[in-house]
Amino acid sequence: MLVGRQSWRFDTRPVILSSAVVGGPFEAQCPLADDFDYFHDDLWLQQDSFEKAEVKLLEHACEKALEKAGLKSQDINFLLSGDLDNQITSSSFAARGLKIPYLGLFGACSTSMEGLALASKIIDNDGANYVMAATASHNAAAEKQFRYPTEYGAQKPPTAQWTVTGAGAVILGREGKGPRIISATIGKVVDLGISDPFNMGAAMAPAAVDTIEVHLNEMNLESDYYDLIATGDLGFTGYSIACELMQKRGIKMDNNRYTDCGILIYGNDPKVFSGASGCACSAAVTYGHFFNRMKRGELKRILIAATGALLSPMSYQQKESIPCIAHAVSIEYIQ
Amino acid sequence: MPKKKKNTPIQKDYQILAKKLEPKRNVALNVIRAFFTGGIICTVSQLLQNIFILYFGFDESQAGNPAIAVLIMLSALLTGLGVYDHIAQWAGAGISVPITGFANSIASAAIEHRSEGYVLGVGGNMFKIAGPVIVFGTFSAFVTAIIKILLKAMGG
Repeated sequence: MLVGRQSWRFDTRPVILSSAVVGGPFEAQCPLADDFDYFHDDLWLQQDSFEKAEVKLLEHACEKALEKAGLKSQDINFLLSGDLDNQITSSSFAARGLKIPYLGLFGACSTSMEGLALASKIIDNDGANYVMAATASHNAAAEKQFRYPTEYGAQKPPTAQWTVTGAGAVILGREGKGPRIISATIGKVVDLGISDPFNMGAAMAPAAVDTIEVHLNEMNLESDYYDLIATGDLGFTGYSIACELMQKRGIKMDNNRYTDCGILIYGNDPKVFSGASGCACSAAVTYGHFFNRMKRGELKRILIAATGALLSPMSYQQKESIPCIAHAVSIEYIQ
Repeated sequence: MPKKKKNTPIQKDYQILAKKLEPKRNVALNVIRAFFTGGIICTVSQLLQNIFILYFGFDESQAGNPAIAVLIMLSALLTGLGVYDHIAQWAGAGISVPITGFANSIASAAIEHRSEGYVLGVGGNMFKIAGPVIVFGTFSAFVTAIIKILLKAMGG
């Protein structure tokens, strides 16, 4: 049901039947390593290109989610997936292998929640029995696409972020045991003129705050309704800016309640500078870490606002600023 | 080049806020590191040059070339071993300004695009980063040469 201008309340409360998260070798050492289902110890995943490795990651997460739900790929009505590669080839190539009817999405790093919101809407509207939402990113493939060759010696500034190598997938159904999707808010594209691709956190923070604010207003909620509110991949820089912005706009937000997936996944590792980014960042933390915490009863209601920077290497070279977006999904798990 | 878009007051306010909260590059530390790494690389290069003069019979005007070739090979090797980018993160301009940076930019692009094949991948992308340096280097050499000729013609 549409609430306000841009939010959906899902009356049937679609259930997350299973979720799976896979990561690369660097992720195996991260503080949240216990919440991953599998780590590949080879950044290439025995493939001959980083792009093919990303396809493998995505396929693996999808297969793992199917296995955990006890379903076969023929049971799934639709696959909604997106990634950071040109023309979202990783998703389309993975869909080729999985043979599930497929809708490709591009929301950059906000794809995880874009997919989850749309999948919930399809289930809620009686459009499917099972929908899978998935996303992936690969550090080296993203560097190659958006920045410099991986071995190129450019000095990165402290605001730079580290693209997560990994993939996350969820399977949604009508009934069953698991976290339930309560509502979602689709974000507007916000651009406050930041044009430095090594400062994505600052570019994306206003979009995240905008979506969270709209969500709370349209759902008529205070932020303390949620046990946890997390942005996708703002990193340390973007997180501190988002906190300041929320204060300025009069959004009451307890700093213990608000966190960022880009900070959580690698912790204070200096190698990642300002934190993590990439489609897999919010997917891995939400589908792994947060769901596990929900299953342990530590969290009941969470709001995830996945953030995406909608730039291309060409738009940056043409001196365009970075348009950003955030989509929020509200998830509840009451045992 | 399109004109830079004017920022709205909201965008300007936000950029001031963001600037205030973002961690700054430690310029002083970067300069010191660059000074010492750059210095070390140049000293090594001089040492190589002396070795080529002493033991390989090069004269002073030619010894620079084999010394540079050794540096190029070393940086290409370190790039291939995946070490170079870590040194560069620490050393910054100290390692990218000497010939080492040029060699790394070509080697890294060649490695990166190996997956797209030898011709379109390696061949087509090798000079992705180094290309502009060559283009503008050649162009500025041309301009400088013209100025020199003009000055000579005017009896300078």
